[in-house]
Amino acid sequence: MVDKLSWKDLEVGNIIRAAGNASIRKTGDWRTEKPILDKEKCVKCALCWICCPDAAIKPSESGYYESDLYYCKGCGICASVCPAKAITMVAEEEQ
Amino acid sequence: MPCESYNDGSGGGAMNQRVALEGSHAVAEAVRMADVDVISAYPITPQTHIPERLAEMVANGELNAAYIPVESEHSALSTCLGAAAVGARTFTATAGQGLELMHEVVYIASSMRYPVVMAVCNRALSAPLNVWGDHSDAMAVRDTGWIQVFCQNGQEAFDLTLWAFRVGEDPKVLFPVMVHLDGFTLSHVTEPVILPEQSDVDRFLPKFQYPFALDPDRPMTHGAFGPPDIYSETKLAQEVAFRKSKEVILRGWQEFGDIFHRYYRPVEEYKTENAETLLLTMGAFTETAKVVIDERKDKGEAVGLISLRLWRPFPFEEFRQSVRGAKVLIVLDRCISFGRGGPVFAEIRSALYDEEPRPKVVGLIGGLGGRDLSEEDFDYIITRGREIAEKGSDRMLETVNIR
Amino acid sequence: MKFGETVIPAEEFLAEGHSFCIGCGEALALRLACKALGKDVIIANATGCIEICTSPLPLTSWRVPWIHTLFENTAAVISGIEAGLKILTKKSKMPERNIKCVAIAGDGGTSDIGIQALSGAFERNHNFLYICFDNEAYMNTGIQRSSATPYGASTTTAPAGKFSIGQVTRKKNMAAIAAAHNIPYVATACPSYRFDLMKKVRKAAAVKGPAYVHILAPCPTGWRYGTDLTIKIGQLAVQTGIFPLYEIENGRYILNADPPRLKPVAEYLKLQGRYRHLRDEDIEKIQKMVNEDYAKLKEMAAAFPL
Repeated sequence: MVDKLSWKDLEVGNIIRAAGNASIRKTGDWRTEKPILDKEKCVKCALCWICCPDAAIKPSESGYYESDLYYCKGCGICASVCPAKAITMVAEEEQ
Repeated sequence: MPCESYNDGSGGGAMNQRVALEGSHAVAEAVRMADVDVISAYPITPQTHIPERLAEMVANGELNAAYIPVESEHSALSTCLGAAAVGARTFTATAGQGLELMHEVVYIASSMRYPVVMAVCNRALSAPLNVWGDHSDAMAVRDTGWIQVFCQNGQEAFDLTLWAFRVGEDPKVLFPVMVHLDGFTLSHVTEPVILPEQSDVDRFLPKFQYPFALDPDRPMTHGAFGPPDIYSETKLAQEVAFRKSKEVILRGWQEFGDIFHRYYRPVEEYKTENAETLLLTMGAFTETAKVVIDERKDKGEAVGLISLRLWRPFPFEEFRQSVRGAKVLIVLDRCISFGRGGPVFAEIRSALYDEEPRPKVVGLIGGLGGRDLSEEDFDYIITRGREIAEKGSDRMLETVNIR
Repeated sequence: MKFGETVIPAEEFLAEGHSFCIGCGEALALRLACKALGKDVIIANATGCIEICTSPLPLTSWRVPWIHTLFENTAAVISGIEAGLKILTKKSKMPERNIKCVAIAGDGGTSDIGIQALSGAFERNHNFLYICFDNEAYMNTGIQRSSATPYGASTTTAPAGKFSIGQVTRKKNMAAIAAAHNIPYVATACPSYRFDLMKKVRKAAAVKGPAYVHILAPCPTGWRYGTDLTIKIGQLAVQTGIFPLYEIENGRYILNADPPRLKPVAEYLKLQGRYRHLRDEDIEKIQKMVNEDYAKLKEMAAAFPL
């Protein structure tokens, strides 16, 4: 994407106006493990949401906190902090 | 329009004052009249009279500005960047070692397009320590992307500082501007300076409207890093914009002249008509050189002088035009580029390489570390310059008044 | 979202899709700090992990106004921003706004190359918050030592070897240095104690003057531990007394958590590859140092009874 940009496409001083446009990056490609939520055990405490360095867990309508696999890097912090042990890290399938 | 910078003699506005001012204080007056918002400077000889006078003005309410007494030159310019980024009109001043200490920030100011104005009281670079004037500090920042001008006298120190804000802040420019004045021989010399009316200054200098101000209502990112897949494009964009700033540089001088009745040009041509031999100087020595040119011209010699006022972006057109017809061009450098010689000399030769015909360009070096060059020295420069042009030189370096 | 008394905004001021390492403690700390600060900020950021991971031209993770220039001048840049806003408001060139000026830097950009500018900004009493995200080395450039690297830790420029224990100096006490400038508020924090961190950032941001928050940022890449241990490692840092949580309000020390018995430092050290080379006697030495420092801290706190 970047290699399509010419010098004419750049803003003065290379400032970036589009706040947060880095969110197009699919960091989910990084992971080797992904979190699986056991909704039976989950107490909806939101600790996983608070402790995710990547904001890759989002609150949902149902009140559960769902992983956003587009971004999730599979660090396993959510599983480590969950007081109900409701999250398990499982190996990402080979593509 | 006449070929040299000129005063149209109308005396400007009725309320103009003609006062005796030190070069430094002339700069400070311009900063005051420009209603600068943030001043951040670290004292260093021979620039100290600028921040001192500004501090006094702020303390007495003559200038409504934030005066930030930073703890180093690196922080002085960095603070100016922060202030400019939120839309403040900023000013700093330094010299010699101070300019070196802030060196990396100098590049940043241009690359990030913050229109800071900085006065540099040109001072020799250590070692050995030397607080007196020469151009080695200016030559070290040639490539940094700042618009740069050299002042000949106190009036120019005032005028070009004012003009610097007009040009740097122009939305089509947005580049920082350096105003060079020779340490001591200009910064500390008292001369008559015409101060304009504030209303005329306000007409000339619009309010600063920085288009990319940091603002929570429109969050922008300044200073993202540039990996190899984009850095080259950023530099090309910077150079294209920098070269284009010439239009506004000239327009700024035109507007300045229309309001204040002093017209400046990138290259000043002094009695160059029919001159076979031209001397090229920059800064305060120009005035001493002019005296010698006058004397020789009175004796019927075909000599003249070119003073380079605009240093960056280099005024190729005006410069090449100014030397047309001359047989010999003698360049005086106030700096040694070690292993190479005079830096201005090298640039002048390069600028004329493709010109046909072109004068023979020779260079001499002198006036280092506060060593003055007298009228006798300028006599020598012209005589020796002609000799070298005719017979060549077997010296490693041609110097004047160096034992 | 309310957790007891703490309100945590749902808004992410740091966009997803940043390139911090997997399990990065600094990313978490930054995310929480941004939530505590809200949208009315201007952030000046030093060169370092945070800057690199959030701003690869032409992309940015920032949803608040943000500026990066150089490595060592963050405090100077924020001084200019603060003074600029103040004077523009005073001169009626901009309306009165409630904008907090925040400077963010790593341990290198704070306690080494950035300390001069920081000291100057403190001395000039600018109204700004300075947050040091301390992962205890120059992590972004490949784990080189800083003056915040703890004694005995192995880094690439002070590596453990046949004749070296790794870092031979003790961690610079930036909180004490900040407090020595007589600023109103200094605090230490850790992302493992998320509500404490956010409370302190808010408290520091509310100060009308300089404030300094020093946040420990556990780094799986540089400290060499499994990515899911970040929270646990941060907890152990506090529970062993290696990184105590305290505040200094106008010179008055307040120890936020003082467990009756500190956990042995070995529990913390043994989880990290950067300490793998330590022998038992080295660990004992470190234990003594930690005991000393902690005792001193308790003395300081005791001098100012609540």
